[in-house]
Amino acid sequence: MRLNGAETLVKTLEDQGVEIIFGYPGGTVLEIYDALLNSSIKHILVRHEQGAAHAASGYARATGGVGVCLATSGPGATNLVTGIATAYMDSIPIVFFTGQVPQAMVGTDAFQEVDITGITHPITKHNYLVQDIKDLPRIVAEAFYIAKTGRPGPVLIDIPRNVSMDIAEFIPYKKVEIRSYKPTTQGHPSMIKKAVQKIQDSKNVVFCTGGGVIHSDASDQVKKIIDLTKGKVVSTLMGLGAYPADRKEFAGMLGTYGNQEANNIVQGCDCFVALGMRFDDRVVGNPEKFAPNATIIHIDIDPAEIGKNIHADIPIVGDVKNILIDMIKLMEKHQAPHESINFIHPERVPPVLPGRNVPWILKKLSEAAPNDILITTDVGQHQMWTATYYDFNKPRTFISSGGLGTMGYGIPAALGVQVAKPNQLVIAITGDGSFQMGMTEIGAIAELGLPIKILVFNNQTLGMVRQLQHYYSNQRYTGVHFENKIDFVMLANAFGAEGYRIDDAMNAPAVLEKALNNGKFTIIECTIDPENLVLPIVLAGKGLEEMTKNP
Amino acid sequence: MKHTLIVLVENNPGVLSKVSGLFSRRGYNIESLVVSATDDPNTSRMTIVVDGDDKIIEQVSKQLHKLIDVIKVQDVTSQETVDRQLLLIRVATDNNTKSEIIQLMDIFRARVVDIGQKSLTIEATGDEAKIQAIIKSLKPFKIKELVKTGTISILRSN
Repeated sequence: MRLNGAETLVKTLEDQGVEIIFGYPGGTVLEIYDALLNSSIKHILVRHEQGAAHAASGYARATGGVGVCLATSGPGATNLVTGIATAYMDSIPIVFFTGQVPQAMVGTDAFQEVDITGITHPITKHNYLVQDIKDLPRIVAEAFYIAKTGRPGPVLIDIPRNVSMDIAEFIPYKKVEIRSYKPTTQGHPSMIKKAVQKIQDSKNVVFCTGGGVIHSDASDQVKKIIDLTKGKVVSTLMGLGAYPADRKEFAGMLGTYGNQEANNIVQGCDCFVALGMRFDDRVVGNPEKFAPNATIIHIDIDPAEIGKNIHADIPIVGDVKNILIDMIKLMEKHQAPHESINFIHPERVPPVLPGRNVPWILKKLSEAAPNDILITTDVGQHQMWTATYYDFNKPRTFISSGGLGTMGYGIPAALGVQVAKPNQLVIAITGDGSFQMGMTEIGAIAELGLPIKILVFNNQTLGMVRQLQHYYSNQRYTGVHFENKIDFVMLANAFGAEGYRIDDAMNAPAVLEKALNNGKFTIIECTIDPENLVLPIVLAGKGLEEMTKNP
Repeated sequence: MKHTLIVLVENNPGVLSKVSGLFSRRGYNIESLVVSATDDPNTSRMTIVVDGDDKIIEQVSKQLHKLIDVIKVQDVTSQETVDRQLLLIRVATDNNTKSEIIQLMDIFRARVVDIGQKSLTIEATGDEAKIQAIIKSLKPFKIKELVKTGTISILRSN
């Protein structure tokens, strides 16, 4: 079978089981778009390439599969960059395809030429510039393999237009074999033994779920090990949902904006078990003061994360799930009667006062929402409130930009999530700042008729930056106020969406109830006080337990 | 402390920029980097001398290993190795200094490879210390041009 490069690509994608591509066309991907016309793969047309990248991320995170994204050369490719970096920081498996000018023109500063493999070296797990149509099936197969195995991450394939047009005999590439890439998946038995011994000898064990628990689908194993050890659980932002928030052992998110109780138990524990996490600076606070009395057991699939930010007393490299399975086996074999830890479970969050404030509206949302609701957020105060006040009980239900902190992530990510899960309710929680960065995809959502809900907390302020200025710039507020008032209801209507406004806190339950059940794309605006602060917080240089409650 | 890393990489386009980019991106202090072919046409070998404490070197090695094109990373600092640099140096001469320089170079087992009216060119190989000693000894004669490679290293046989 003789195919051109574009047909070869599409055929290879079909063989990979790809069903959805998020993309935006252009001159160097004409042939690929043409080939997609004859394919079972559905193309979702976004409004901006960055939206395609975030949508692919939402899709990958909701399904646990690999997201696929397609853009043209030059600006199409550079518009992906923020989305690629976002995926890289949060270890999300996405394969990006970009068109490139024909090989004969590469390096001539041709129209819409950019060195996208050069630009994306630091923010991809790996990338390729295809030089020959014969390499295409192998490169695509390798890209999917690299994206989803080991520590997942984005991979980019840049395809010059002449490669898309070239014709060659199609030879499928069956088995991926990369001699220089063999991720360790099984933990070292002696380390596992040591860790189990340490956990059983400790009085106060805290397990911390990171994003790796979700990537490796290890929630059941975490539950099992908690049952066996009677340990407590905290979570990073990326790990929320990995352990059910409604279980009593769960103390919430740790870190700068974490739950006070979570931070307290981490600082007081004698054994801290890090499950698929990387000790980000927002998680650790002052690294010198982190969990001062604890033996740190660090489990991660990426050896480079071990000892990078926090010294690991017992490092175990491998897949969290496999390691937990091995640990559980050992524990069941030599079960030491473990003392139940005195864990007085206080309310994870301080009491919430009724009013137009984010925690209270979120409480009303959780009362109105079905159990399987999928939540995306943007970045800022609303994100931290959602992370600390909303109960996430299942993995892959909280989808948010963690490492890069990308404003404008929530709305396009919701698009991808809803495409992946057409029968579940998807809500994007955002602020008016982030909304205006991600609003390009409102057009795409409206066109697709997706019944996504966008809950926008409007304070005409970049609340988190204002909060930083509050603490670190002597309350000299600058560049954080939006003077013009947007009518979000009219905006929704302009796109053919439903628009609601919560202008009285007492109406919130009714408005939310109506919005969640109308089956339509809906934007709900709730105005809030711009002076609200996310509290308590850990100020720069402090240990996690030294949270300030003072404005 | 200086560490010598031997890095085997896939002979793919872009691999050098991936490796060198990693060093600048993460703020590692690179002393020298030499890339060369090996007996296997698909594999290239880099000898990288990098300055840093043990913790930094551990991170460097791990981050290098994370690059998909990197096959093997070996820190040979504490092992017995043969280390070589190649030096080409052109020094100003006149009839008075010519023989003096040539004698001096004999001590270092360096060779004169080109000679002109006003200058001569010397070739020398050796480890970092020897090469530095040669350069130092030639300084008084006015160095007109100097070029040298980074260190390449190979493990000694047991």
